[in-house]
Amino acid sequence: MAMRGVAALWWREIIRFVRQRSRLVGAFAQPLLFWVLLGAGFSASLRPPGAPEDLGTMAYFYPGIIGLVLLFTAIFATIAVVEDRKSGFLQGVLVSPISRSGIVLGQALGGTTLAVLQGVLFLALAPLVGITLTPTSVVAVVLVLAAVAFALTSLGLVIAWRMESTQGFHAIMNLILMPIWLLSGAFFPASGAAGWLGWLMQLNPLTYGMAALRHCLYLDAPAAVGRIPPLGPSLVVTLLFCAVTFAAATAVARRSR
Amino acid sequence: MIAARPLPASAAPAAAVTITGLTHCYGERLALRGVDLQIARGEIFGVLGPNGGGKTTLFKVLATLVAPQAGTVVVFDEDAGRHPERVRRRLGVVFQHPALDGKLTVDENLHCHAALYGLSAVEGRARAAALRERLGLADRGRDYVETLSGGLARRVELAKGLLHAPDLLLLDEPSTGLDPGARRDFFEYLVHLRDREGLTVVLTTHYMEEAERCDRIGFMHQGGLVAVGTPAALKAEIGGDVVVVDALEPERLRGRIQQRFGCEPRLVDGVLRIELPRGHEFVREVVEAFPGDIRAVTFGKPTLEDVFVHLTGERFWSEMPSPAERA
Repeated sequence: MAMRGVAALWWREIIRFVRQRSRLVGAFAQPLLFWVLLGAGFSASLRPPGAPEDLGTMAYFYPGIIGLVLLFTAIFATIAVVEDRKSGFLQGVLVSPISRSGIVLGQALGGTTLAVLQGVLFLALAPLVGITLTPTSVVAVVLVLAAVAFALTSLGLVIAWRMESTQGFHAIMNLILMPIWLLSGAFFPASGAAGWLGWLMQLNPLTYGMAALRHCLYLDAPAAVGRIPPLGPSLVVTLLFCAVTFAAATAVARRSR
Repeated sequence: MIAARPLPASAAPAAAVTITGLTHCYGERLALRGVDLQIARGEIFGVLGPNGGGKTTLFKVLATLVAPQAGTVVVFDEDAGRHPERVRRRLGVVFQHPALDGKLTVDENLHCHAALYGLSAVEGRARAAALRERLGLADRGRDYVETLSGGLARRVELAKGLLHAPDLLLLDEPSTGLDPGARRDFFEYLVHLRDREGLTVVLTTHYMEEAERCDRIGFMHQGGLVAVGTPAALKAEIGGDVVVVDALEPERLRGRIQQRFGCEPRLVDGVLRIELPRGHEFVREVVEAFPGDIRAVTFGKPTLEDVFVHLTGERFWSEMPSPAERA
């Protein structure tokens, strides 16, 4: 019976998204713009240090921008929780028999689904940067996207469940979520980063999600990924990232009874 | 003071709600101070009192949104503090503030809540359709909630609260925003559910006429239940009549009435209130005795508002909206 409630909350996230077109634009067009502007700007003047020689800046940024799409979608999905609290909808859910972990699961799956769908839209641009997708690599990419999106949405929920206002959420988001993305190898590789920065990047769980994504995008051309953590350990860390953030979000939700 | 008296055994085969020594603080402020209350199955119980009297906190504890800090709340033999999830299955909750998703249609909202309560899609659809029919929302299923008028949205909230056929329905100011006709209809529906399905109802209200229709009511004041009983019994405690004297100098006249008639007028909100038998005779006598001092005199049988004044010495509506807004 709990699964029915989870499914209902998940479905609601999707319906709401479909009815708010501006969210699609925000979560898709903005990273696209970033990609074009940053990629074009950087490729004219400098190349990310430590990136593979024959890989252009646009191509290096490409997986990172998919990561940004996931991040933005996760953020929008978790802002909805703050809004639900304000509108009173959450209160109605809190007095229903669904468990707190069920509520968090429904919210996290909703955010994950939206993020993956938008990530897949972005995947259509892969040929532009010389990536040849095969059915295997598409399946692998989608699975990795789902795991990374689930972890990011859950992380957003940890913050959102404690927030009274969306303003507070924006401040925290810029302080925590954006640096996590910037230091994940999405923007510049860890191998070329200064000592302390390199350490931070190795401690950042998203570094491994981004590494897994690069591996899966370049399944047929492994040399193109450069020096990043290997696929196996990256997947393990990413799954752990999911488990820890989900457990934390559930714990925070339990405290708000 | 009227004591909370135990229910006769015949009227309470088993309690729906048993509250014992419930105390709750918000920091320094004591919101509930040792509330004891028993509500029988199939009873419609009204909680009355001004804002800040503890009504809302009591409601939140019953709704399992707030854990009891001290004391116990038992709902259908389950401890609400220890096993809120077991209590939640039996509860239907209608909040004072909207708890619907405006971006969804009426039916989408209802189906979503049916699923949260574990109803299958088929059951959920059937119950939603039946309740829409019953609550005058038959052709509103596909309307977005954000496009509904306040009164219609309120009815959707009520439908949502009843969707999973709860055993105990909690209503926080349920008829706020309903016109008098809809309010009467709704109350009749509650009575029908009580009679047919044994539903127990606990509601908070500002409307005296709604309180009059409850089986029993409890007055909350400063975090405590100051009186519990049937509306008739509570009014009978006052006995006789209530005379209200609007005087030019109320404080001075109070002393003079006290001296002359040997009764104890209370000065409440600028007017003198006197509770006494044979009020009609007193009206004549008091007007004859102090003709120049009196602006107006009213006389009537005690109302529930008089009971509240009698118990607390405060006007019920002093912190409330104006009478025009209440009407």
